Amino acid sequence: MLSLAAFIEGKHAQAFPSFGSERMGAPVVAFCRISDREIRLREPVQTPDALIVQDVTLFKALNVLEGLSDDGYLLANTSKSFEDIHQQAVVARLRPGHAQTVGATELALIHVGRPSPNTALLGAFTAIASIVSLGAVLQAIRETFPGKVGEANVLAAREAHAIVAARLSAEAAAVKGLAHA
Amino acid sequence: MLEQIEGSKAMAKVIGLCRPQVVCAYPITPQTHIVEGLGELVRTGDVQNCEFINVESEFAALSVAIGASAAGARAYTATASQGLLFMAEAVYNAAGLGLPIVMTLGNRAIGAPINIWNDHSDAMALRESGWLQLFAETNQEAADLHIIAFRLAEQLSVPVMVCVDGFILTHAMERIDIPDQAMVDKYLPPYEPVQVLDPEDPISIGAMVGPDAFTEVRYLQYYKQQTSFRLIEELSREFKREFGRESGGLLRNYEMADVETVVVAMGSVNGTIKDVIDEMRSEGLSIGLVSLVTFRPFPTRALQQALTQAKDVIVIDKSLDTGMGGPLASNIALALRDLAHAPKMHSVIVGLGGRPVTKAALHRVFRQAMIQPWEGSHFLDLNDRVIAREIHRRGKARRSGPAAENILKILESEREAAIIPTETRP
Amino acid sequence: MNEMQKLKFYQKGTLTVGNRLVDEASRNVQASLDRSNSLTCGHRACQGCGEALGARYAIDAAMRASNRNLIAVNATGCLEVFTTPYPETSWQMPWMHSLFGNAAAVATGVAAAMRVTGKPATRVVAQGGDGGTTDIGFGCLSGMFERNDDVLYICYDNEGYMNTGVQRSSATPPTARTATTPPLGKETGNVFGTGKFVPKIAVAHEIPYVATASVADLHDLEAKITKAMSMHGARYIQINVPCPLGWGAASHDTIRLARLAIETGLFPIFEAEHGRITHVRKIRSQVPVVEYLKLQRRFAHLFKGGVEDPRVARMQAIADRHIAEYGLLEPVAGAA
Repeated sequence: MLSLAAFIEGKHAQAFPSFGSERMGAPVVAFCRISDREIRLREPVQTPDALIVQDVTLFKALNVLEGLSDDGYLLANTSKSFEDIHQQAVVARLRPGHAQTVGATELALIHVGRPSPNTALLGAFTAIASIVSLGAVLQAIRETFPGKVGEANVLAAREAHAIVAARLSAEAAAVKGLAHA
Repeated sequence: MLEQIEGSKAMAKVIGLCRPQVVCAYPITPQTHIVEGLGELVRTGDVQNCEFINVESEFAALSVAIGASAAGARAYTATASQGLLFMAEAVYNAAGLGLPIVMTLGNRAIGAPINIWNDHSDAMALRESGWLQLFAETNQEAADLHIIAFRLAEQLSVPVMVCVDGFILTHAMERIDIPDQAMVDKYLPPYEPVQVLDPEDPISIGAMVGPDAFTEVRYLQYYKQQTSFRLIEELSREFKREFGRESGGLLRNYEMADVETVVVAMGSVNGTIKDVIDEMRSEGLSIGLVSLVTFRPFPTRALQQALTQAKDVIVIDKSLDTGMGGPLASNIALALRDLAHAPKMHSVIVGLGGRPVTKAALHRVFRQAMIQPWEGSHFLDLNDRVIAREIHRRGKARRSGPAAENILKILESEREAAIIPTETRP
Repeated sequence: MNEMQKLKFYQKGTLTVGNRLVDEASRNVQASLDRSNSLTCGHRACQGCGEALGARYAIDAAMRASNRNLIAVNATGCLEVFTTPYPETSWQMPWMHSLFGNAAAVATGVAAAMRVTGKPATRVVAQGGDGGTTDIGFGCLSGMFERNDDVLYICYDNEGYMNTGVQRSSATPPTARTATTPPLGKETGNVFGTGKFVPKIAVAHEIPYVATASVADLHDLEAKITKAMSMHGARYIQINVPCPLGWGAASHDTIRLARLAIETGLFPIFEAEHGRITHVRKIRSQVPVVEYLKLQRRFAHLFKGGVEDPRVARMQAIADRHIAEYGLLEPVAGAA
């Protein structure tokens, strides 16, 4: 859906899963490259510019941030903060505002009625990084899930976006306040 | 129309536009999404006048296609890996009977050890079966090649295998231009068989042929393939005229003007190689690429022309003939033999069982070929340490156990030794 | 109803009594001048080949039933080899051979092609020997059955791989000598407790029509083919066809052996529709299996030195079991 959003914005995008046997509950990785030019590269993404973590228990199982540059973005699916899940040390090297959490599963349960956090995460992602717009993500959601299911997912994405955007502007204001003090 | 779509789904749509009349489906990763997609299109009526048949094995899948094709229908199936081997007898049979079936091969490794990931072992295992084999570089080409393949197959009355890298292409979502029905209809006329089972005009197909005529029958197959090079190029040119983009053909040159080192490869790895070549050229290195689309028939003449000025040729094989080396390298060595100044050839085995082929590794091996060439085949990113440990272990005891399990154990023990729990990290 | 037809004929020797005594409409296809002669003369079958006879009757009957609108698919085997020695062919009909194990699947493809190319009236038969049907082609056969593809599959059962020099198949009877079950060692010949009777497995698929038939009763064989051709979906007929070469029997004993196989109870003749047996061909009086076994060299080791091997009794038990299981014995006239 992220690649579809990029496509809607006229960009080239390549999305592919890390391939393995289909087993529920197994850790999976999926990749997305977005570019203004044709994407020819076929290697897995090793040094991502952005990371979306759908399940924060992975932080305990593996080095999730491997390859992510200090300028990179991190979005994790939890209603808690990185401090609450004891990962503040891991994310400390990232720039202010680049590491965010959002309770996407909870939002999905509220709006969609199913614990499927992806659309909410995408909505939130557009708030922290300007790679694709919220509008394109909403359109991609509607194209992927036509009808009522799509609209429910749109609501989840919008609210997730609003939560993160509000937090970011509050943080920015706080930084500004500090600077003034 | 441009769509952001999974490779398999795009192929299904385009195969549907080719108006197949009999589609045989049997699941095997990673081709399954293609036949699933076609099944949907038949159910929704988007593809009409088509029998979608769920069979009990790959052997049956191709056998049903053989019957359908011999009886005058445009027949299609898809498979991968073990599935291709399971239908191997029918693969040869379809070619021997001269039936223009089109089959997608979602390229995947062959076991044991069982492995579902991409390499070209399956296509290479049946390279001598008499099918034409076309390799797709991108998902756009994977879709396009099917239109060309039906035309080519039916014009020659020879089956065509469209080889598409499993997962890397089949499972990637990308921007793909799906042509409209009228364009495909214009390029691909209805199937007009050269032989058909027809009660109005009864013939026998599949008779026994003895030593007195078998050579001639086989020679005609050879002759057909050896005289198909021009047709393959023409169909690619015509495709470009009609659809406005390049697909198919024998091979494609990339940055080949006066280069000293030439890489030759097939399939999706060419995309990564192109990025590496751009970077190396920007550093002033003289390197280009020949992306081979048609592997069977093997375009010896076209390769000789492309490589005639080269000093070094680096051949990338995504499969391994364990008693010989890279199959593509072996074929290219034969083609180069007749050149006046035969370039030095360097064989590289890459991506076996889905090992990622990275830019970094390609940079290293291309440079090594230029300054410190090796004998035989070089295995990209081979874990020498693990190999040494296993060879050492085997030397110690007769009952050394299964190699695959041993190597996994060694890797696991190395991983455990290296891991420090996240919480205790500084 | 013609009075003559009420008579019950029991064929004797090789005289096909029916053609002379039944009314014209009931005479067999071969008796008519307009038979299609689909498997014509000049082929290379052995003298007394039961398969050649069976195929000739079966295919001509199918041709008549389809108004000569028929395509045949053949598995590798004797029938394929002796009918198409390149560049000659004995088939006066569209005929195709692909592989040993895929005749049922190829026929599925042909039938599908007929539907999509606008020729729904063209019918399809697949045919093969017992090796190509019950062994190597069994997967494709079962697949064709369960999909209920519109194919009539005919198995010419001569109880072994005769084309390759008489080896055991899963249709070879116990104790029979073949090249791979030689009369050597502790248990000579084919062992008991092995093998399979595919007609029963076909019935279990609940396909529209299953029948067994024999070259000893060609009227019955033709009637069953005609009935099968009147139906659509997957249909299966297994025809018992003695093989003089493989069974070690005299060429002139082919029909006699086929009849004995029925009358001993070793080869039950029945019909089934949609999973249920609907008709059984009765036996007037059961013949002891010894009479059947003694005519064939493949069973000669059971009678070595004039002593009857105890396994003959076990063969008799199999025949008796068939008699009981299928109700093969005709009730004695006058009995309550």
